[in-house]
Formats: sequence, C-alpha cells, structure tokens
Amino acid sequence: MNHAPSFAPTVSATPIGRWLQALRGALVLMLLCGVLYPLLTVAISGVLFPRQSTGSLIERDGTVIGSALVGQPFKAPGYFHGRPSAAGYDPFGVSGSNLASSNPALRERARASSSEIAAANAVEPAAIPVDLIAASGSGIDPHISPEAAELQIDRVAAARGLPRAAIAALVAAHVESPVLGVLGQPRVNVLRLNLALADLGVEAGVTP
Amino acid sequence: MNEVLLIYAVALLLAWPLGLYLATIYSPRPTALDRLFGPVEWVLYRAIGVDPLAPMHWKAYGKALLKLHVVLALLVLVILMQQGRLPLNPDGIAGMSWDLALHTTASFITNTNQQHYSGQAQLSYFAHLVAIVSLQVITPAAGIAALVAILRTAFARREASALTTDGAVSVGNFHADLVRAIVRLMLPVAFITALLLAWQGVPNTLEGAQTATPLDPSAELAEQRIPVGPVAPMVAIKQVGTNGGGWYGPNSSVPLENPTPVSNVVETVAIVLIPMALVFMAGYLTGRRRLTLLVMGVMLSMSVVLTGINIWSENQPNASFAGLAAEGPNLEGKEVRFGATATALWGSFTTQTSNGSVNGMHDSFNPLGGAATLMDMFINATFGGVGVGLINFLLFLLLAVFLGSLMVGRSPEVYGRALEAKEIKLICIALLIQPLLILGLTATAVAIPGLAQNSNPGFHGLSQVLYEYTSAFANNGSGFEGLGDDTPWWNISCALALILGRFIPILAPLALAAHLAGKRVAPTTSGSLAVETPTFAVLTLGVILMFALLSFFPVLALGPFAEFLSLAS
Repeated sequence: MNHAPSFAPTVSATPIGRWLQALRGALVLMLLCGVLYPLLTVAISGVLFPRQSTGSLIERDGTVIGSALVGQPFKAPGYFHGRPSAAGYDPFGVSGSNLASSNPALRERARASSSEIAAANAVEPAAIPVDLIAASGSGIDPHISPEAAELQIDRVAAARGLPRAAIAALVAAHVESPVLGVLGQPRVNVLRLNLALADLGVEAGVTP
Repeated sequence: MNEVLLIYAVALLLAWPLGLYLATIYSPRPTALDRLFGPVEWVLYRAIGVDPLAPMHWKAYGKALLKLHVVLALLVLVILMQQGRLPLNPDGIAGMSWDLALHTTASFITNTNQQHYSGQAQLSYFAHLVAIVSLQVITPAAGIAALVAILRTAFARREASALTTDGAVSVGNFHADLVRAIVRLMLPVAFITALLLAWQGVPNTLEGAQTATPLDPSAELAEQRIPVGPVAPMVAIKQVGTNGGGWYGPNSSVPLENPTPVSNVVETVAIVLIPMALVFMAGYLTGRRRLTLLVMGVMLSMSVVLTGINIWSENQPNASFAGLAAEGPNLEGKEVRFGATATALWGSFTTQTSNGSVNGMHDSFNPLGGAATLMDMFINATFGGVGVGLINFLLFLLLAVFLGSLMVGRSPEVYGRALEAKEIKLICIALLIQPLLILGLTATAVAIPGLAQNSNPGFHGLSQVLYEYTSAFANNGSGFEGLGDDTPWWNISCALALILGRFIPILAPLALAAHLAGKRVAPTTSGSLAVETPTFAVLTLGVILMFALLSFFPVLALGPFAEFLSLAS
C-alpha cells in the first residue's frame, strides 16, 4: 500500500466530515456526468450533425414549415391526412390517448373517425387501414402506412384536379421501406408528401 | 419477427465481450486501459477526497452509498424547485411544486425514472442535465458497485476473504467501485449511443424551442412550437442505465426522441445491453462460468416466453376497432414507423430490465400484453435493473438452494457456505416486502374514493393503479399513463414505494453477502447440492415463478385477465 502520499488527507474522520465528503463527491460527479458529458456531445453534434441537432427543420421560401420528425394536422381535401392525435399535433403537449381497448370512449372516437374517413374517401369502413383510426403514441406521428396514403389518392387527385396517376406516382416515390428489409415498417412521411404535392400544385397553377 | 431475433442476437453478441471487459474493470490486475482511465480516476479521487484502496466493511460501504444518495437527493430537490431562477432555461419554465419535486427526486435517485411530469414542458435544460442526467449516470453505477461487492464477497472462487483494518470481512471500496463504473462503462457507452442517436435525428442543442408555420392553414394550427434541447445525451443514458425517464412525456414514442427504425434498434439493444453484460461479467469475475450459463439460461427462458405473449397479444386487433377498419394489429398508442411487434418487444425489454422507457403507450396495450409487462415487473429479475436485477436473481437462487436442500434432506449451503436462519431472514425481508407494499398500496388507493384518479373504467382501472405501484417498487418507471398521477397522494405514496424498493434490495443482500463470507467454507463432497446444473436451473425458475407470480395471481385475475375475458366474450 504505497498509495498513501498521492491522496489528500481524508476529512472523513468525524460524522460531519463524512457528510462533507459525500457533498464533495456529489458535486464532483454532477459536474462530470451532468455537465461535461452532455455538453461534450452537444458540441460534437453541432459540428457533425447541425441539421439534426436543431430538430430536422424543413424550410420553404425562407420560412420554417415544420420538422421532418413532427407530424402536422391536415384538413383540406387536397392534402393527405395523418393519424388521429390525442395532442392536437402540439409538440409541447405530446401524448397518446391512453385509452384502454375496453374503454367505451375509444370505441366512440374510432366510430367517428371511421365514418368520417369512409365518407371523405367514398370507401367502406372495412377498407380503412387501422393506423388511420388509431391515435399514435406521441400524438405527433409524422407517418402513415402506404395503404393509408393509397386510400386517399382519389380524394386528393379530385380536389386538385390532377390525374390519379400523377398523385399515385408521388405517393410511390415517398414510400420509405424497412431498413435493410427488416427494421421498422413501410411508411410515408405525410408532411414531406404534402410539400411535394404543394409544389406540384403551384406549378400546375392549382390552389388546393 | 426477424427484427426480434436480430435484436436478441445483437444484444447477446455485444453483451458477451462487454461482460468480459467489465470483469477486467473489477479484477485487481492492471489492464491496458489503465493508462487512459487511470489519470481521470485519480483526479476524481483527489477531488472527492477518498482513498480508493481502503477496504470497507459492508456497513461502511452501505453508509457511503446512502450518504452520497441523500446529498444528491437534496441537491436535486433544490434544483427542481428553483429551476425557474437557474440558468439554461430558454423556454422560461417555472419551478416544481414540493410534492412533485419530492416524487421526481425519489424517482431518479432510485434509478426508476417514474415521471409525474412532462419533461419538454416542465423541466429546464439545467434541471434536465445537472439534476436528471447526472442521476441517470450515477444511480446505475451504484447498482453495479453493489452487485460487484456482493459477487466478490459471497460468490467468488478464492481462498480467503479480504479483511478491513480491524479484521472484519471487507466487501471492497465503494468509491472505487462507483467511479470505475462511471468512468470506464457508463460514460463511454452513453457517449457512443448519444452520437448515434444525434446522427439519426435526436435534437442536441442549447437553443430554445423552434417555431414553425404549418402547411395547411385550414387545419387551424397557426403556429407549431417544437421543443428541442440537449436531448440526445439524456436519451442515451436513459436507455443504457435502465433509467427510462425521457425528455418528452410519451418517451421514445416521440419521433424527436426516437426518430427512425435505426434509432429504435439502437435504443432497444441499449435497454438490455448492460443488464445482460453483467450476467456475463458475473461468471468471469467469480471464476464460475457455469453460473453465467445457469443465470442466463433461466433469464432468457423467462424473457422469451413473456416477450412472445406480448408480441402475440399486440398483433391481435384492438377490440374497440372491430368493424370500423380493416383488421390489423393493435396500433392504438403505437407509431407507424415501429409497428406492433417492435413496440411489444420494447415493452417487454423495458419491463424485464426495470428500464421503464416506452416507444408506445402501455395503457392502450391489449389486456394480455399489459399483463405480460406486469408479470415482467413482478419477477424483476429477468436481466433486471443495472446491478440490482442480478442481485434480485441471486436472492431467488439462494432461496432455491434453501428449498432444494430441504427437499432432498441436505443442510443448505451455497458454494460451501451454510445458509442459516439469519441469511434466510434477510432474503425473506428483501422478497416479502414486494407483495406487501404493492398490494397494500393498491388496495388503499382503490378503497378510498378520490385517491386513484384512474382514467379508464372497469377492470382496466384497477390495472392502472396496480401498474403504477408495481412500476414504482420495481424501480421501473413506465406507467399506464392515463392515470392522473400528479397529486400529493400519488407523489408521496409512490416516493415511499420507490425508496423501499431500491435500498432494501441493495442493503439486505450486501449484509447477507458479508455474513456468508465470514463463514468457514466446507469442502465440496458428493453430498453437496450441485447448483450449476439444468435441474437446479429448473428449480430456480420454479421458485421465481411461485414467489413472483403466485402472490399477484388474484390481482392479475381481477385486472388484466378479467378485462381479457370480458372482451373475448
């Protein structure tokens, strides 16, 4: 045990000394774990991943339209619609519905969504993909399933006065596949799809 | 299904070498990494003012652990209540109420991370980093310290126990065990994970919330404020340290906290990585590789069965959607990019390890999926929390030795050391407080009108209350989040469950280990009970299922099972 000279004389001989030592320990560890570690990653991320670090924002004509990672509400028939949200797509109020499958309130909400979607797209309820009537966990899910996008093609094409094939091609181009064929589900980012649609509309001179 | 197999395989393949590395951290031999980490640790020991080589009696070890936690708790309590006046608060967030701050402190000091608040709206960046992130690094490291002390004292294959200066059994040095876990394990693993997540899109900035103008004006959301912040380092450590408390309220279901299928795999593997690695470490550290085989075998069997039930359940349709949409998996409370299977897998891993993060809402799981996560938390030793999960398992193992020996008429002993009345008492204290506290508090909350604040009617309402206390005592932190849990009753009663659920299962086994180590080692004979055998593994599994599940079977029948049957009819 030849380590003795390398350490400051311990102050822990008395009860108060032991508490002071615990305080020293707590402050030192807080500095290391709560300040140095996170701020080092902030500095590195700022250099390596500047776009992701501030929230993957999407700009259009100089204004921030939204984030690629945050869903938005869409009501106009000329836009693709996202999933029901328990948070009204407010990222500060993110939330799921937390309704149990046995809760009658969930059945009521689903019935309303189902009939609304069936009417707007002129389809039978049995044709509606389930993600369109199920609220997401976050309340800001940016995606829908490819089937849920396909269901809406006719409605969007009619509202915009564009050929169905043009819209279908746009949807197909926006389908993201599982990574490496295994990870995650096929999906469509609703905001990105609608931005592409809006660009199409402007060129064609059609306002939604 | 391939995704599930892939994640199990990747986790096990990473955990094995990590376990070997962990064993070198805690072996007395010098290693190649001492040059890198040694100077950092030396600075820390100097700054704290401790001697990392001094042997400690179990009481001194336990006191050092408790004192550090008490001081950290007081500092965190002050930060949470005063965050409005502290720096790094770009979104102008006010201090917490005393009872919410008390619950939050108790929750994070115990490695639980049960949240009765929503981080993006109720915590400043300062509070997130200095109060929350530092506890998310320190508390799992304390769990590892306790585990290592117990393993080296009571389970290691060696001639004689180390002694303190006054001749008692030494369990090691708390400061050295803690600092090594932080410097050589938690921070490096969290650092790599944080950068992977930042690359995938998790925000990492000190800027305040971003403001966007949504595309469709007819949807009547004129402005969308998007909360960001130094999210990535927090999400990283909450996953690797079985913490679970996220930046945003709905945790890793929020795309800002878990943006892509790739980030989801990183975060899912991170949940089980260190708990699995500690099982591998145990074998190398004690010189008993077959112990690792026994423990991993039993843990994996429980994991696979309960995960399987959960995945099957969540791929069934949600009963409320019958006839209203095409038949598909239960997507209520789940995200499209993950789907039902990856969400159920996460839900199982997070409850098997006492992590408590979620990537979908457990409240909206089908009844049997919810039941599977509850059973994971009753067992709380399928991998378990960092450090403490394996400690829990070892308690069940000792109990199985005791029962097995009595069944075949031998005197109970483990690795040559006799298990006697005092050891069995300590085991029973650590194990029996769980049903007493969870069932007692659940009964109280549902019996007194106005306390429970459950948001779903019927059988599920009982499940919500049961889940909250189970999660608190298991130091898990997930919830059936519809529960209105930010009330003084919930904050204070959960704080009680949190603290008892953390420190009794650490201190009682530590005392037990030191007591066992003080005994004479009897030579192994043909009459000794062979522990590292398949037969004994089955017995251990049986003891775990009997203790952890039978105590709760009646309440499971009243909650999730009744809900399942009522929906099936």
